[in-house]
Amino acid sequence: MDRRKSLKSIVLGSVAGGLAIHGCKPSGETEQLVESPKITYPGRVPLEEELIQELHDEQFLNPHEIATLTILCDLILPASEEFKAASDAEVVDFIEFMAKDVPAYQPDIRGGLMWLDHKCNTENSVEFKDATVEQQKAILDEIAYYDPEVPGNERPFEVNFFSLIRNLTMTGFYTSKIGIEEIGYKGNMPNVWDGVPDDVLEQHGVAYEEEWLAKCVDQSKRGVIAEWDEKGNLIT
Amino acid sequence: MQIIENSTVYDAIIVGSGAGGGMSAKVLSEAGLKVAVVEAGPFFDPALPEHQTQLKWPYESPRRGKSTRFRPFGDFDAAYGGWDIEGEPYTQKDGTQFEWFRSRMLGGRTNHWGRISLRFGPKDFKHKDVDGHGDNWPISYDDVKPYYDKVDKMIGVFGTNEGLPNDPDGFFLPPPKPRLHELFYIKGARKSNIPVYPSRLSMLTKKINNDRGVCFYCGQCNRACQVYADFSAGTCLIFPAQKNGGQIDLFVNCMVREVTTDEEGRATGVSYINKEDRKEYKLKGKVVVLGASACSSARILLNSKSKQHPNGLGNSSDVVGRYLHDSTGADRAAFIPDLMNRKVSYNEDGVGGMHVYSPWWGDNSKLDFPRGYHIEVWGGMGMPSYGFGFNANEFNKFFGTKVGGYGDVLRSDAKKYYGAVVGMAGRGESIARRDNYCEIDPTTVDEFGIPVLRFHYKWSQFEINQAKHMQDTFEEILTNMGGEFMGEKPGKDTNYGLHNPGNIIHEVGTTRMGDDPKNSVTNKYQQLHDVDNVFIVDAGPFTSQADKNCTWTILALSMRASEYIVDQLKQQNI
Repeated sequence: MDRRKSLKSIVLGSVAGGLAIHGCKPSGETEQLVESPKITYPGRVPLEEELIQELHDEQFLNPHEIATLTILCDLILPASEEFKAASDAEVVDFIEFMAKDVPAYQPDIRGGLMWLDHKCNTENSVEFKDATVEQQKAILDEIAYYDPEVPGNERPFEVNFFSLIRNLTMTGFYTSKIGIEEIGYKGNMPNVWDGVPDDVLEQHGVAYEEEWLAKCVDQSKRGVIAEWDEKGNLIT
Repeated sequence: MQIIENSTVYDAIIVGSGAGGGMSAKVLSEAGLKVAVVEAGPFFDPALPEHQTQLKWPYESPRRGKSTRFRPFGDFDAAYGGWDIEGEPYTQKDGTQFEWFRSRMLGGRTNHWGRISLRFGPKDFKHKDVDGHGDNWPISYDDVKPYYDKVDKMIGVFGTNEGLPNDPDGFFLPPPKPRLHELFYIKGARKSNIPVYPSRLSMLTKKINNDRGVCFYCGQCNRACQVYADFSAGTCLIFPAQKNGGQIDLFVNCMVREVTTDEEGRATGVSYINKEDRKEYKLKGKVVVLGASACSSARILLNSKSKQHPNGLGNSSDVVGRYLHDSTGADRAAFIPDLMNRKVSYNEDGVGGMHVYSPWWGDNSKLDFPRGYHIEVWGGMGMPSYGFGFNANEFNKFFGTKVGGYGDVLRSDAKKYYGAVVGMAGRGESIARRDNYCEIDPTTVDEFGIPVLRFHYKWSQFEINQAKHMQDTFEEILTNMGGEFMGEKPGKDTNYGLHNPGNIIHEVGTTRMGDDPKNSVTNKYQQLHDVDNVFIVDAGPFTSQADKNCTWTILALSMRASEYIVDQLKQQNI
């Protein structure tokens, strides 16, 4: 019996959102589920999709702000021979979305960019985006460091503004494809966990106990259907 | 407009499709009964590509997985709903704060939970005998054990038989090996004489049947598994029952308003609002099984007023809604310098939860709180998502170097500290109290015109003392691990970080079982004392919580109650 068809025919009461016939059957073979679909926005109910569309339809940053932010984010994570820049990961687009998703960010982002221009105009008679890299860095050097012992709400506005942009830049970059590659995360794909590699155990000065390992799954038998004796001892 | 009546008379109408409703649907339909399952949210099947969030990358969410009102556990969490649902409010009384988490979808909250699957122990059913608090259950561990055994084999749970007195053995699949930070936890906990064991989670580390896949260690059970290698009620109970030929009609996006009754006061079925057309419908059934969640089932009963049941259905005792209690919870995290500079050469996602845990080890007779808690542990090199890299080098403060900055130093700092944080969470037992309750708020309805719940819930000093003990324990273990704490230790002013009730999402007890109809709602088979053809299979009938998560017990008790229903129908007693 095709399970999908049977389900489709007996869902009553309303039209089940997105229910369609698919040949995707549950399977014990991990090989069959390696590929996930390419970028699609997954698993949303209509209300969520509507809200996302509304956010996309809005525009928060104006062209000047986008240009300034692009330069600022690339000062935070610059391009080099070894690394990609924030702009390579489209961090400003991410910040644009987050400013709409979290409206509380908006005054700080907008006001902070104004502050940058004011500061740069006062000191260098030029807007931040058109200043030299040395001039830009001289401004950042005054606002980029904070005292973690001082509570966040007691730090100067411009310091908090820069922290916010740094945080969003870091998150935007390291959750992008190139950022994930750079940080080196190896997961989010089917695999068989069989413990911490020996060299890692050694590096951190820990070891597995034989007694504990003896209780753990024998991955060579993971495909064999479990059976127990009457006392609950696994016999397969 | 007339209420539209469906002419079918079902053998059983099950309200809710989570752990309790799903199990009941499986047992009843496989016994040959014709069953309707009425679920307030949409159809959901993680095997359908358009429903999948598993194995998605953070950049496939425009907010990179940040939580939303609809998905408070992150944009990729499978469970749709949350503490604040548009059009479905609840209210509070006397300045108290109870947070009510709901998942509106097939499978309910089983699409969300951590799959921590702990049997209650012998003491948990008779805890009044031990410490004088609360009430004993009318049943004992021995009554439930055969059902726990069957649930273990039917659904699958990994763990180990340790012969512990109040954390019973079972039929376990083998557990996964500990991760690196878990080896640190084991060392740190043991130094304080706190035992650590392989955790007990319902994920298939080994094949259990030919219908479900085996865990492929993506660590994303909260996103729902497309090969059904973790437990959720849709994938492991309702779909298999349908596949086995069970007659189950699913009514999705249908919000039950009340249980309908006849002149004799017996149940005749339910009325519900179809959320798609916003019209009211009726279904007829010989038996009504409520599995809508402890609070939702209480709400349905309280809203089912009639001449025969003026105080709400099954509420002649005035106990419906009372004895509401959630697990306690408190948390702490620390930066572990010995976990710095990790090699990222390997994938340590593991299963979607901790590989090791500490069941309650203490002796409450020597402590200033009567019930225990277990410790959950988290950490590791997880998939970056929203929030990753925030305050990327704040831990520099522990080394006296500058915090903040810009440029490539941020990259090297982010890598240096990646995977170096370990967190601990205590989840404990609170005492069930008559004065902690939900009731109908006469001033407020939801968008379907159904009167909503109003909560009144206060922690007592016992729970606060327990939270203090959790914080002291976390601090000791994390210190043993060489940890530098993140944030101040929660003190008396915050009740030691004790979460608001409802926050841990283990609420139980609103339709408690007991032998005396004067102070309980159901009998020991979860059948209303007042109405013999209404049963409750969610956590409402729990007389008390334990220092364990409630799902495995919901499943075992729902199976037990459902087998009783089949038996009673066969004998024509109901």
